[in-house]
Amino acid sequence: MAYVVPRPNLTWKEKIYLPSIVAGLAITIKHLKRMLKGETKVVMQYPEEKWDAHMPEHYRGAPTLVKDEHDRERCVACQLCEFICPPRAITITPEEIPAESKFAKVEKRPKEFEIDMIRCIYCGLCEEVCPEQAIFLRKDYAITGTTRAEMKHDKAKLYELGGVMKGLVHKWNPKK
Amino acid sequence: MDYLYSTDFLFLVGTSLAKTIFLIFLVVLPMVSYTVYAERRVSALIQDRVGPNRTGFPLSLIGGKDWSPFLGGLGQPIADAVKFLLKEDFVPAHVNKFYFWIAPTLSMMPAIVTLAVIPFGSTILGVPMVVANINVGVLFMFAISSVSVYGIVLAGWSSNSKYPFLGGIRSTSQMISYELGMGLSAVPVLLIAGSTSLPQIVEYQIHNGWMMLPYSNGHLGWGKTLLWIPIIISFVTFTISMFAETNRLPFDLPESETELVAGYHTEYSSMKFALFFLGEYTAMIAGSALIVVLYLGGYHVPGIPNGDAQGGIPILRHVPGLIWGIVNITAFFAKVAALLFVFIWVRWTLPRFRYDQLMKLGWLYIFEIALVNIFLTAGILACTH
Amino acid sequence: MSTETAAPVQMLNVQVDGVWHQFPKGTRVIEACSQAGKYVPRYCYHPKLSSPGNCRMCLVEMGMPKMTPDRKPVVGADGKPEIAWIPRPQISCAQDVAEGMGIRTDSPMAKECRQGVMEFLLINHPLDCPICDQAGECRLQEFSVEYGQGESRFLEHKVKKPKNVELGPRVTLDAERCILCTRCIRFMKEVAHDDVLGIVDRGSYNSIACHPERVLDNNYSLNTVDICPVGALTSTDFRFKMRVWFLKETKTVDVNCGTGSNITIGSRENKIYRITPRENNDVNGVWLPDSHRLNFKYVADAHRLHQPTVKGQPVEWRTAIAIAAEVLKSKPSEQIWLLASGRQTNEELFLTTRLVNALNIKKQHDILPRNGTADGLLIAADRNPNTNGAKVLGLTTSKPGGRLKKFVEGVRAGTIKVVITMGEDLTKAGLTEEDLAKLDAIIALDILPNKTTPHATVLLPASAWVEKRGSMINLKGRLQRLNRAVNAPGEAHDDWEILRDLIQAVSGSNGLYMIEDVFKSLAAEVKEFAGLNLSKIGDLGVQVIQEKTPEPEPAEAAK
Repeated sequence: MAYVVPRPNLTWKEKIYLPSIVAGLAITIKHLKRMLKGETKVVMQYPEEKWDAHMPEHYRGAPTLVKDEHDRERCVACQLCEFICPPRAITITPEEIPAESKFAKVEKRPKEFEIDMIRCIYCGLCEEVCPEQAIFLRKDYAITGTTRAEMKHDKAKLYELGGVMKGLVHKWNPKK
Repeated sequence: MDYLYSTDFLFLVGTSLAKTIFLIFLVVLPMVSYTVYAERRVSALIQDRVGPNRTGFPLSLIGGKDWSPFLGGLGQPIADAVKFLLKEDFVPAHVNKFYFWIAPTLSMMPAIVTLAVIPFGSTILGVPMVVANINVGVLFMFAISSVSVYGIVLAGWSSNSKYPFLGGIRSTSQMISYELGMGLSAVPVLLIAGSTSLPQIVEYQIHNGWMMLPYSNGHLGWGKTLLWIPIIISFVTFTISMFAETNRLPFDLPESETELVAGYHTEYSSMKFALFFLGEYTAMIAGSALIVVLYLGGYHVPGIPNGDAQGGIPILRHVPGLIWGIVNITAFFAKVAALLFVFIWVRWTLPRFRYDQLMKLGWLYIFEIALVNIFLTAGILACTH
Repeated sequence: MSTETAAPVQMLNVQVDGVWHQFPKGTRVIEACSQAGKYVPRYCYHPKLSSPGNCRMCLVEMGMPKMTPDRKPVVGADGKPEIAWIPRPQISCAQDVAEGMGIRTDSPMAKECRQGVMEFLLINHPLDCPICDQAGECRLQEFSVEYGQGESRFLEHKVKKPKNVELGPRVTLDAERCILCTRCIRFMKEVAHDDVLGIVDRGSYNSIACHPERVLDNNYSLNTVDICPVGALTSTDFRFKMRVWFLKETKTVDVNCGTGSNITIGSRENKIYRITPRENNDVNGVWLPDSHRLNFKYVADAHRLHQPTVKGQPVEWRTAIAIAAEVLKSKPSEQIWLLASGRQTNEELFLTTRLVNALNIKKQHDILPRNGTADGLLIAADRNPNTNGAKVLGLTTSKPGGRLKKFVEGVRAGTIKVVITMGEDLTKAGLTEEDLAKLDAIIALDILPNKTTPHATVLLPASAWVEKRGSMINLKGRLQRLNRAVNAPGEAHDDWEILRDLIQAVSGSNGLYMIEDVFKSLAAEVKEFAGLNLSKIGDLGVQVIQEKTPEPEPAEAAK
């Protein structure tokens, strides 16, 4: 059904438009004046000024892998993050933990864990889906590189960025 | 034939060349670059942003410590120019090559040529500061500037692509419509000044007060006050038409990036695109200059003598005329710059017209008002003289 | 098991969740519910095995018709008998339907029962889904979501049981995950007839184990992994290789023997990770021998042929085909012999017959017989998957390999100068490597290097069975379809394309552009395939040759 948009009835003063144009010009010049006087400050001069100190707790920077205080790789290569990752940035090759390792009870760990930071969109779904509290989005946001290979974070790099995370659930600990 | 070998002729050619080079390469082109820069800075400030504030000069290339010391981004236009020159000049396969190549030139050249008749200063060492002092200056400007529509239309048509084509079509009807309004708007000024020669119109304003400031010569009078009304109407319609003629917002339908990508120059890149850009801004400067000449007293500043150290406040006539000549030129371009600021200011304030609104405004309002205004002016002139 | 009686099956009236249905006599209650569209969760019940009724997951409410004192059913207002419900829930897997029976699968009691059973089953279940290979196809996961109660009330310590136990060379046990449904025990006893598994220890320490001094090394042991509803039994070969939800499942058939078992190939990013049986009750039921399901690794071998070569030099396809055609055209037809293969698909065999006709080498061709011993279950003695196809298309006689003796003699006598082989190693046909060196030319299609390939004049890299589409006829005369799971490596081509190009180079255009075109020509020319096309074959195949008495073992063919 056709719907006719009701048009407002304008007075002749409004119809000239010139007063409104002048009013508009007044508004824009006011903004310009305030900027010149330095009363408005919105833009931050990036490399000199940074927001790092004010970054909120939930900030989503680069995804990283963490170890716990027992130096165990938290990741068990369940590949749920690989599955959920919308841009398919994650590639995991699982392997069995050798029997002589002190974490042999966990049985499984990633042999390779790659996050392609060119693809990553920092959505945080990997952190959310992780059943092992192994992957966390840290606050690093300036991830740059000069080659594509450099932008592919491998397992070593991910653990280097992630470091140790304390206070996590230890569900693989031997029971009493 | 003798004239061609006379000293007068050589002097004329020499001074004209000097004036052309001065005007185009030393004033207008840098002014274009910095108008673009101003556009970006002013728009940023109006929108509470900062704008290009970093590009300086790479001093590290010549042994400086820092890559780019802050110059408030004043290096930006230079960087832009370098970028335009170094970019790949890509010509799509499907275009009509000849017209595709000639279109940018056609958009740039008329704008520059119109500058020839603008009196941008009084005199310097007795040489009048206008490249071509012809007695039909106003008509010349209208005639030449209407040629620039070909650049846009040909660009739109030869690109052989739908967006440029739409942009070209819009531009044709828009520019033709508003040329009419613009021409008619200026007629009252010509009636009052009694001349179509731009230097003479300026002369008239020096003696009888600026068109927009009728008492600037210090004399009051009923006739002038009465004439002020049609002049103001004329000024408003002329300025609006000028916005439309230069394709500036709120009349930038040929480009309207939200609808047509970039309008008629969508398929252009590198220096060919830059020529469109230059043409557009040069036309803006020429338009502003015309407004200054017609309504704002040209190079004249009340109380300041001309390049021959005549007129103005008597005490100032003791200073050499050369100084006043330079002051006049500066005053002229200061006025132009102020108008350019208004152009920019308006652009970042008003939204774009719809196409039918644009046509309606041009044909039903500007045209009629300008027409009636001529009779009004003529009537007042007939009654007061 | 097939009833020979011609008498019509008696139909019984059964009420499922308030709706009356009719089921043939002898239907299990759990199956009846499924047929009525009411799925009853189950762990221990498996349609191919006996029902011990020990998981208790399939509890439903049941009832029988109310009887008047004179043993007449009480008829209700709707004209149907009224039902006297049994006050306690019953398992639906161990009982057949009866006349007038009532079943409630989603009554509050049934739901509560399932919730309770789920809670009991999960008491000692470890929370290791992230590392468990079953995750994604685990009944315990599925039913917890659907019927479980979402949280645990269990505060005590879980019982610890052996983990990562090697039950046999191919099966790993995680006893903590086991819910003691005994499907594996029953499978080994009833289907594989190798009663090696059992339950040891008592109470909550119950766990699956092999009999002392025995291991689970039966050739059907991996079927226990398939039927294990949880992650207790996992395939050692597939262990920790890939999560199942990433696997692309391709329905195809096994080519390791004439049975043509139906299988599903699980692959990801052009790599095969596992092969599992696919239900087809006319062929393999739901089982598959281990030897067949693990025989896929050669497909991803690093030595796969991926570039056409002429006398060992890599060339372009066009050149290779042109040289092959040149060789074939330069020799009189009586000097050419073609060794086809029982591993070729019908389409390839059909094109091979066209090549045979084009070269006019009638009777100078055969297939290589491949015989082993039948195991009485699913492995047939004929290890060629498509002997019947070769017979139907006339590439071999009723005795496959019967012409090979003459062939070998011909090569040795020097009357045969050029040999074309369709992926077979000529040394297995009775020739020695010296004989091969004597030949003027060998044109070989193959996927892997063997003793023949170094002698090949023109070597054309072909596709393995998982890399191509086509059809085969199994020993019982069933036409079944192969599908592509992964892509062939490098420049290797589909066999039928190579054959087509070769025929084209030898005898001119033939207008075949797709595998469907080949089947269309096949259907037009060979009566067994008349009226069929690749999609009509379907996932389960169609019978094209009526079963007759199986032929005697072609023992004399090897002479």
